[in-house]
Amino acid sequence: MAVANVSAHDVSNHDHHDHEHKDNFITKYIFSTDHKMIAKQYLVSGMFWAFIGGLLSVLFRLQLGFPDMDLSFLRPLLGGWIDASGKLDPNFYLALVTMHGTIMVFFVLTAGLSGTFSNFLIPLQIGARDMASGFMNMLSYWFFFVSGVIMFASLFLEKGPAAGGWVVYPPLSALEQAIPGSGMGMTLWLIAMTFFIASSLLGGINYITTVINLRTKGMSFSRLPLTIWAFFLTAVIGLLSFPVLFSAALLLVFDRSFGTSFYLSDIYIGGEALPNTGGSAVLYQHLFWFLGHPEVYIVLLPALGITSEIIATNSRKPIFGYKAMIISMLGITILSFVVWAHHMFVSGLNPFLGSIFMFLTLIIAVPSAVKVFNYLTTLWRGNLRFTPGMLFSIGLVSFFISGGLTGIFLGNSAIDIQLHDTYFVVAHFHLVMGSASFFGMMAGVYHWFPKMFGRMMDEKLGHVHFWLTFVGVYMVFFPMHYIGIAGFPRRYYSWTNFSFSDMYTDLNMFVSVAAIVTFVAQFIFVFNFFYSMYKGRKASPNPWRSNTLEWTTPINPGHGNWPGEIPAVYRWPYDYSKPGAKEDFIPQTVPLSATPESNLPHENKLVQLEKEIMAEEGDVLVANESKES
Amino acid sequence: MYGLLISIGVILLILVIWMVYRIQTLISVAKGSDKKIATTSNKVNAFLFMAFLIGCGVLMFWYSIKEFDNYQLPIASEHGIITDRLFWITMAVTGFIFILTHILLFWFSYHYQYSEKRKASYYPDNNKLEIIWTLVPAVVLTILVVSGWKAWSDITAPAPEDAHVVEIMGYQFAWDIRYGGMDNTLGDYDYRLTSATNSRGIDFTDKNSFDDFPSQNVVIPKGEPVLFKIRARDVLHSVFAPHMRLKMDAVPGMPTRFWFVANKTTEEMRAELADEEFEYEIACTEVCGNGHFSMRRVIRVVEPDEYRAWVAEQTPFIKSNPDLVADLPADLKELADIYINEE
Repeated sequence: MAVANVSAHDVSNHDHHDHEHKDNFITKYIFSTDHKMIAKQYLVSGMFWAFIGGLLSVLFRLQLGFPDMDLSFLRPLLGGWIDASGKLDPNFYLALVTMHGTIMVFFVLTAGLSGTFSNFLIPLQIGARDMASGFMNMLSYWFFFVSGVIMFASLFLEKGPAAGGWVVYPPLSALEQAIPGSGMGMTLWLIAMTFFIASSLLGGINYITTVINLRTKGMSFSRLPLTIWAFFLTAVIGLLSFPVLFSAALLLVFDRSFGTSFYLSDIYIGGEALPNTGGSAVLYQHLFWFLGHPEVYIVLLPALGITSEIIATNSRKPIFGYKAMIISMLGITILSFVVWAHHMFVSGLNPFLGSIFMFLTLIIAVPSAVKVFNYLTTLWRGNLRFTPGMLFSIGLVSFFISGGLTGIFLGNSAIDIQLHDTYFVVAHFHLVMGSASFFGMMAGVYHWFPKMFGRMMDEKLGHVHFWLTFVGVYMVFFPMHYIGIAGFPRRYYSWTNFSFSDMYTDLNMFVSVAAIVTFVAQFIFVFNFFYSMYKGRKASPNPWRSNTLEWTTPINPGHGNWPGEIPAVYRWPYDYSKPGAKEDFIPQTVPLSATPESNLPHENKLVQLEKEIMAEEGDVLVANESKES
Repeated sequence: MYGLLISIGVILLILVIWMVYRIQTLISVAKGSDKKIATTSNKVNAFLFMAFLIGCGVLMFWYSIKEFDNYQLPIASEHGIITDRLFWITMAVTGFIFILTHILLFWFSYHYQYSEKRKASYYPDNNKLEIIWTLVPAVVLTILVVSGWKAWSDITAPAPEDAHVVEIMGYQFAWDIRYGGMDNTLGDYDYRLTSATNSRGIDFTDKNSFDDFPSQNVVIPKGEPVLFKIRARDVLHSVFAPHMRLKMDAVPGMPTRFWFVANKTTEEMRAELADEEFEYEIACTEVCGNGHFSMRRVIRVVEPDEYRAWVAEQTPFIKSNPDLVADLPADLKELADIYINEE
């Protein structure tokens, strides 16, 4: 009863809306509370940050691949960071890797990925008019924007931005005497991250509330597309872990500015002994990784959700093991909170604690393995259509396997002794977290571009973009395994000081060239994106012949997404190639009673129930109409 | 001039690509082929997956075999043999899964490419399969974890009583080495005592410090347990001895430790590698500032006899700089003087 009333109310409210609502430029494009516009804002911001983050990596790859190169030509861009002999400043090198990590992890793969697709898809796929709180959603974007402005400004400081690695471990990040970037640069880093955390929390609360409360009729949790499950669990992880990062940052602010000793102890630096005693640098690492590890899944789960949807659609097959996929994601969500100390096996952690975390860490490989096997089985005996979105999804599965398997080495504390903080780790997380999530994001953009802008992106350019990026990413990160096994440490400005690492100049050069080619290849995408926005071929209402609700909206959905009543949902989202069905897909809005030819035995029983509900529904609607007239 | 020519070239190239792209789009619209799914490009992509699988697979095997001796660092410690064996066992297991899953992934992509004649099979779930591929990885992982856990507990167990103690203190940007002297016991330290003459902050009111001596290199005996007592003076550092398969963070305010047994002397390793210049090295693996990449120390592994002789030859701190104990109370000063005047 209650549900029906709400939806009836929505209809009248919306008709009303269409006539009176006039957007001006500011309310439509800037301070918009429409989830679709906010999603686009996140997407464009994410692309901007991906460009900056990628550019920084190209700069330090130049140093690593071509250590003898004269970098004077970069002086117009970097100014004093290139010294008189054309060499990159080692402090600035560290700033580059630090900012590359921070930007990519938080601004691109958290905000750019979750921000874009959770905002865009949650209301559209669950059948809601908008987010639970449009205003909070707007606030979330603008907090992120402020955070970005501050982080961007820190790049131009005289003493450089934060430079202690993206994990900003104290004491290095607490003491300006230790590294110039720990002065103003670190202050701005902390302020920016505070805004970012606030933004994430505002967004996360909204996503969770929306998924729980605003699902349309019939959209039970067991009928949610896997994308929504992924976004929902991601938001839960973020909500539980980001506050811990905030506490870590807050204590660091105290240590830096107010003379406390949470992390600092027994330090003699710059010719003087500091008064701080009793603090623990390892405490910071615990707090940081309590967010840091779940963060890996915050960036990865949405990508996995997106690919589940895209692979099912383009294989023309139901996703294999829908329930197993959900259970795996739930398992990953829970386990992600109890594995953080595997980043700290050799930090001086109690070795007994190390063994506990080794067990827990390797357990998390099981749900990940289940997901991979389910993807493979979804492809098996499918009818695969290689849209760019599909290609990037298959690429993601490949990276998820390659990077996930090396996690089994690193999660084993005995093996981690040698591999910790070497290039093996760099290869591992760039594949499993960086590239996999990036590919999920790309897949999502190609797949939902028609819904965002009402036009298609060019397929052939998408194919070229995929192959250059896919091969490029492997050429960048696969060789790093060899370099890592050879023991090359991370965050080294140069490796020639040690005889064990005074080799592989050729391989490092190769990696750098591959990185530059891959970076340049992204401009194919940028061109395709902006060109197609205005000049792309007009999209049809359901270009991928997909089942989910977003494709039942108009090609360019307005405020409220559906012009009339929100459609009800009668089935799960993966009825592809169902035996007996006329088409190879049955949208979620088609009642079971309308498809007697393809219903499975247990579904025939549901038909009766469905009819009763629809009859009741009809009564209510009639009653409401007569009341209003 | 070159810059101008290059930019003109680039602009022309972009224009040509642009034209080709436009013409291609218009043709596909005119032909109506944009409505089809089983297009040539679908076939090309399917084929490229196979090409990628074979091409990159061959590349991987070729490079892994060719470069084996380069990336596989020689092992010089007893626990290193065990961890390396674990590493290669894990490599075999994961390598097998890596190759198998990639063959399936790319073969399925190729084999099940779109065809209008076929319909995908409706295969939503199979609980038996799910259970199998939950249990099999779980069992395999358990085996790997248990063997890793055994190695880890042995490596991190308390050091034997008779282990030779070496203190390694990290600071920006070097390592300071200290030995406990003939009694193998290090004197206390306090960071507040650090000064230009006492870089380690050694507390000379502790008698144990009287015979402590510094060293440029870490010198350790082969075949006998050695305990590294690790600390840091300013920021985090990490002691990494790649040939020893040894790594442990140096944390200000929290001393850490790592014990091990070296099993090859520097001379033996030089002979084995036919490299007269070879040295075991220590590097820093925790980012610590702009000199992070240059914190090198040499470890010299020698025969036990040679080690004992070397220890006997070393000069304690207070002998090379008697000023360090100038302010001690009389009774301690007397004791210290015995060390200083010892021949």
